[in-house]
Amino acid sequence: MSAAPIELPRWADTALVPLVSVAAALAVSGLVVIGIGESPLEATALLLRGALGSAEGIGFTLYYTTNFIFTGLAVAVAFHAGLFNIGGEGQATIAGIFAALACLWLAPLPGLLLVPLAILAAAAGGALYGFIPGWLQATRGSHVVITTIMFNFLAATLTVYLLVEVIGKPGSMQPETPEFAAHAVLTPMHKLLAPLGITLPSTPLNSAFLLALAALVAVWALIFRSRLGYAIRTVGANPRAATYAGISPARITMVAMAISGALAGGLAVNEVMGVQHRLLLDFTAGYGFVGIAVALMGRGHPVGVALAALLFGVLYQGGAELSFDKPSITRDMVVVIGGVIILFAGALDGLFRRAVALLLRPGRVA
Amino acid sequence: MERPTLPDIDRGPRMHLKTLALALAGVALSAVVAMAQTAVKPAIVYDKGGKFDKSFNEGVFAGAEKFKTETGVEFRDFEPTNDAQIEQALRRFARDGHSPIIAVGFSQATALQKVAAEFPALKFTIIDMVVDLPNVQSVVFKEHEGSYLVGLLAGMASKTGKVGFVGGMDIPLIRKFACGYVQGVKAAKKDAEIFQNMTGSTPAAWNDPVKGGELAKSQIDRGADVIYHAAGGTGIGVLRAAADAGKLGIGVDSNQNGLQPGKVLTSMLKRVDVAAYSSFKAARDGNWKAGISVLGLKEDGVGWALDDANKALITPEMKAAADKARADIISGAVKVHDYMSDSKCAV
Repeated sequence: MSAAPIELPRWADTALVPLVSVAAALAVSGLVVIGIGESPLEATALLLRGALGSAEGIGFTLYYTTNFIFTGLAVAVAFHAGLFNIGGEGQATIAGIFAALACLWLAPLPGLLLVPLAILAAAAGGALYGFIPGWLQATRGSHVVITTIMFNFLAATLTVYLLVEVIGKPGSMQPETPEFAAHAVLTPMHKLLAPLGITLPSTPLNSAFLLALAALVAVWALIFRSRLGYAIRTVGANPRAATYAGISPARITMVAMAISGALAGGLAVNEVMGVQHRLLLDFTAGYGFVGIAVALMGRGHPVGVALAALLFGVLYQGGAELSFDKPSITRDMVVVIGGVIILFAGALDGLFRRAVALLLRPGRVA
Repeated sequence: MERPTLPDIDRGPRMHLKTLALALAGVALSAVVAMAQTAVKPAIVYDKGGKFDKSFNEGVFAGAEKFKTETGVEFRDFEPTNDAQIEQALRRFARDGHSPIIAVGFSQATALQKVAAEFPALKFTIIDMVVDLPNVQSVVFKEHEGSYLVGLLAGMASKTGKVGFVGGMDIPLIRKFACGYVQGVKAAKKDAEIFQNMTGSTPAAWNDPVKGGELAKSQIDRGADVIYHAAGGTGIGVLRAAADAGKLGIGVDSNQNGLQPGKVLTSMLKRVDVAAYSSFKAARDGNWKAGISVLGLKEDGVGWALDDANKALITPEMKAAADKARADIISGAVKVHDYMSDSKCAV
């Protein structure tokens, strides 16, 4: 993924460098907080307490984490094939349309059949919408970075058209579909755990979280324990060598983009089927783009993605609580803090790699 | 409920009754004035557009600020960044005992439906949408009526017989603005030509002044000399492009006449500030009522702006025609078709 030629021990590469990056980002964010006249320690405490200090906070944090796991995995799978999929937003949007149509049109089916079908529809929609840029890259040489970001706009436009002209709720001010039937949606976590005697406050956390955990395991197995994963990694490392080894980079490009799109579809499962219970505009809310940071920070490994997703979940939920308690810290400040973390963990990755390498093995780095 | 709770902008014969009632109430309450005011803990959850959007949300903020200056009562507010935070913020304010809580914008309806039902003792106000619960006040506006009046003025002010409309995002609400406007223009000039453009189909269309300006320029190139925008921040570009070309723009939501003085024919006012102010004020005075308030011309919830910046542009005939149309719409003699009633605009 990274072109930096600096060799690091595995533990330093996967754990130390990201940790140093986050620490540096937090330090810089602290300076920003001082700059607007608030105490960074108090802000950090409020942020952490808001995200992890109550059952409700944890519920919201894990709800955001679910989104970031899906979009982070989507970007990570494409990364392994040497592709930079920045179309998570668009793929999730199309997945949302597919899921919504399934939930609305197949409503007579019983929930046990309908919900899995709708989830599959979401995955299929995302996969299709990831496959097309993959196909264009493989056969026409159109770069996925360009096509996927353009496809985001196409998906948004299509959603508007559908919601305004075709499947929108009649007479509604908001372009949105009617609400799905009660059996067509995912169970909220507080209802799922109630029979076990665990009472939780009502949060958007729902069974899509379990699906996200399953996706983590599945992606790990796919990338590191399957023939296809080996082919994907080979193409990502060196397409020419892959060809020499009898692997078709064109085919792998299309397959990897389809898998990536299907994973991005998980965002739609969580948001559309799990939380909003209807299709609305812009439900992706930028989670697809944050997924890029999550994948970069998690070094493309499912464990790393899970941890990075949790970090961004904490930031989103804790940040919201922070701006509740401290009106001077607006939502834009929270975006700044997130942005600084993305900058340090993603863009300035090499900065700390060199320093860490020097620290670990002085003299061996030129 | 047919009477909206906007006492300070009421007009016409009912005013005397209201004034009388208020005077009587004043006398009765003057002895216990300190006790007559209920303690309120107002709060606002803005639309995702954010607090300082120079139009809709900022109008609510202005109304709340006015309330704060007058009464010294502080209010809390929150700007959500995604849909999940809307419900979270509403519930959070409700749990802290805030009341009334204003939910700004139609996108909060689903969240408010849940939260308002959970906290039946608290008061909620939603703007631009109807939520049918006993503790929710729903404030909606007849934007088509106000747009009709500015359309009428545009039709009269136009020398070329061609006028333009630049919408923000292509959604039913904005088509409602456009449809009212077209009807007004046609009422002034039967054969007038109207160019309509929407800026885009994603929420980014609300904040794209460059594209707004380009759309306005293309309409001017085709001969339009008055251009109305209903496009939020995008409209700043529309008004500027019209002014640069020596043509006229028409503002929306707040009074935008002063943005390009002498080059903005008028502004279609949508008094969200009054809605916010009245909700807080009524709660404090103990006469807050749930139900639907439909604010049209009759209630002064919509209207057109006439001030120093544009008085040279509005001839006496134009003012007379607009006043007459206003009276006719209020009396029912003129019906302005509401696009959202049937999703059609047959003009």
